[in-house]
Amino acid sequence: MNIVVCAKLIPDPAAPQSFDASKNLERSGKLILDEADTYGVEMALQLVDAAGGGEVTVVSMASAADVAGLRNALAMGATRAVVVSDDRLRGSDALTTAKVLAAVIKRQSFDLVLAATESSDGYTGTTPVQLAQLLDLPSITFAKSVTVEGREAVVARQSDQGFDDVRVPLPALITVTAGVVEPRYASFKGIMSAKSKPLEVLTVEDLSLDSDVGAAGAGQEIIAIDAVESRSSGEKYVDDGDGAEKIVAFLESIKVL
Amino acid sequence: MALSTLWVLGEPSEASVSAPSLELVSRARELASDVAVVSWGVGADRAAVVGQYGATTLYDVGDLGDALAGVPVAAAIAALASTRGAPDAILIPASYDGRDVAGRLSVRWDRPVLTNVTGLVDEGGLVSEHPVFGGSLTVRARFSGDGPGIVVVRPKSFVAEAVGGGPAQVVAAPAGDVGAAGSARVTASHVEARSGPALEEAAVVVSGGRGLGESSGYALIEQLAELLGGAAGASRAIVDAGWVPYSHQVGQTGKTVKPTLYVAAGISGATQHMVGMKGAKNIVAINKDPEAPIFQIADLGIVGDVHKVLPALIAALQARK
Ligand SMILES: Cc1cc2nc3c(=O)[nH]c(=O)nc-3n(C[C@H](O)[C@H](O)[C@H](O)COP(=O)(O)OP(=O)(O)OC[C@H]3O[C@@H](n4cnc5c(N)ncnc54)[C@H](O)[C@@H]3O)c2cc1C
Ligand SMILES: Nc1ncnc2c1ncn2[C@@H]1O[C@H](COP(=O)(O)O)[C@@H](O)[C@H]1O
Repeated sequence: MNIVVCAKLIPDPAAPQSFDASKNLERSGKLILDEADTYGVEMALQLVDAAGGGEVTVVSMASAADVAGLRNALAMGATRAVVVSDDRLRGSDALTTAKVLAAVIKRQSFDLVLAATESSDGYTGTTPVQLAQLLDLPSITFAKSVTVEGREAVVARQSDQGFDDVRVPLPALITVTAGVVEPRYASFKGIMSAKSKPLEVLTVEDLSLDSDVGAAGAGQEIIAIDAVESRSSGEKYVDDGDGAEKIVAFLESIKVL
Repeated sequence: MALSTLWVLGEPSEASVSAPSLELVSRARELASDVAVVSWGVGADRAAVVGQYGATTLYDVGDLGDALAGVPVAAAIAALASTRGAPDAILIPASYDGRDVAGRLSVRWDRPVLTNVTGLVDEGGLVSEHPVFGGSLTVRARFSGDGPGIVVVRPKSFVAEAVGGGPAQVVAAPAGDVGAAGSARVTASHVEARSGPALEEAAVVVSGGRGLGESSGYALIEQLAELLGGAAGASRAIVDAGWVPYSHQVGQTGKTVKPTLYVAAGISGATQHMVGMKGAKNIVAINKDPEAPIFQIADLGIVGDVHKVLPALIAALQARK
């Protein structure tokens, strides 16, 4: 069982975010592995274990040179990582990202591709399905559990009412929601061995792409970023045993009671 | 150039199309002269409903059997566009199947998707508005190059308004070529039990977060919601922790709610949570940390312990009954 996991490097979401001069999210600082993708890595490790063996390859696209965050996935137990790291990718839209990831993934054989339902910084939530279409793969999005039975994946997929059981023949692409598995912490041994695991860094030239990448290839543009008038806060009280009364009075004033 | 033709993905829902689909039909009608809905499924008289909201044509993809919608619906839309001409843009509700259709169609048309859209205006071409950084900024974007736009819009961005049009003309959509990608099959559907109104429709939403301490604390949220005739919601932290099902999640990756009253108990007010509830008319927050960001948008803030304030509130409301 060989699994490819898409994993994105993002600016630390806990740090203040801003836009750069060309209206893209500022990514020049330190980049970390998107927590949303640690679920995919964990799921892949568990599925390979359950299948009795196989490889987990992490693929990524980044416009910055700092790709060290991928070592975290290797420290968790992934076999290798391949990252397309190229300044020219700056400003790429999700479709271009999917084209780049597809070109990387096509270089190897696999049974399953995993991704997160959405990234923590871009959260377009479309890259994985675009990738599936480019690779001519069936896909199941919003998986809250995944198992493999023979040559089929069995997935519980979130729905408006609850969830659906969905089956798909392999190879396929599946996106996993947060909380689907508990990502393991890298052990000391894992961290040490990650240092010698293969982390291949590619540029745009190394891939045969037949369309423009980066902002030039994007079919969309940001025309403005405007501040929104902030919602003002009302009254704030410290509860002295009278908090509930204050709420009741407020509910009466807005005629909910 | 003004917009002439907009298509809307009309996601089937019980007897008709989903409420978010109708919101998009209403907005499309204001922006373009010619509005068509693309829908699928069997049994419902969707032509009458979408016609009432202003669509003139209903492209019917028909019965998908047990297939997931994304692949066959995108294939049908691509086939429709090549036989009848592509629209200026297709508006798609941000839902599970909606996002699948958008991604599949994006590759077929070789066009990008604008997602997380909460506003659409015509400025000699379609301009979309996207809240970022928890809604403190709005990004305005548009498509460049040739070809139709694909726009994925968050629910509750527009108001659905019936204008009393006659039934839309039903046109069978040609089945597109699905290839190997169409092989995912739904084998069973599970409905999670719910009492009270649906989260998205409730006039009152009471949500709890990690500040409840443990999963049993959520009973206070359910009790309060019931007393106020509302629905119980949650932050992602406690959905991920497994305290409550995902269907309760409010926020960027969960539901968007716009109730008359939103009560946030033990919720810090992360940007991704606030983007799903900022549109509430009145917000009450209970949090023991006076610096919690949720207080910045609360009309009434109570700095206190949920385990003291909520039981007292529940008792006070019970006493009034
Ligand atoms: C891509 C992405 C998407 C996301 N989507 C969503 C989403 O859709 N919805 C969502 O909610 N989150 C979402 N999040 C997560 C979000 O960033 C926060 O982590 C989450 O909202 C925090 O939940 P919380 O407020 O319950 O927990 P915390 O942030 O841990 O806050 C708990 C609060 O409870 C207070 N508290 C503790 N004890 C008590 C007590 N006894 N009485 C009163 N108050 C108490 C604390 O002061 C604190 O403010 C997303 C994150 C990412 C990266
Ligand atoms: N640049 C990237 N490199 C690797 N994976 C990515 C990249 N962009 C998106 N993905 C994958 O697609 C998911 C959804 O991303 P998005 O479309 O940005 O919401 C992410 O969580 C990743 O799993």
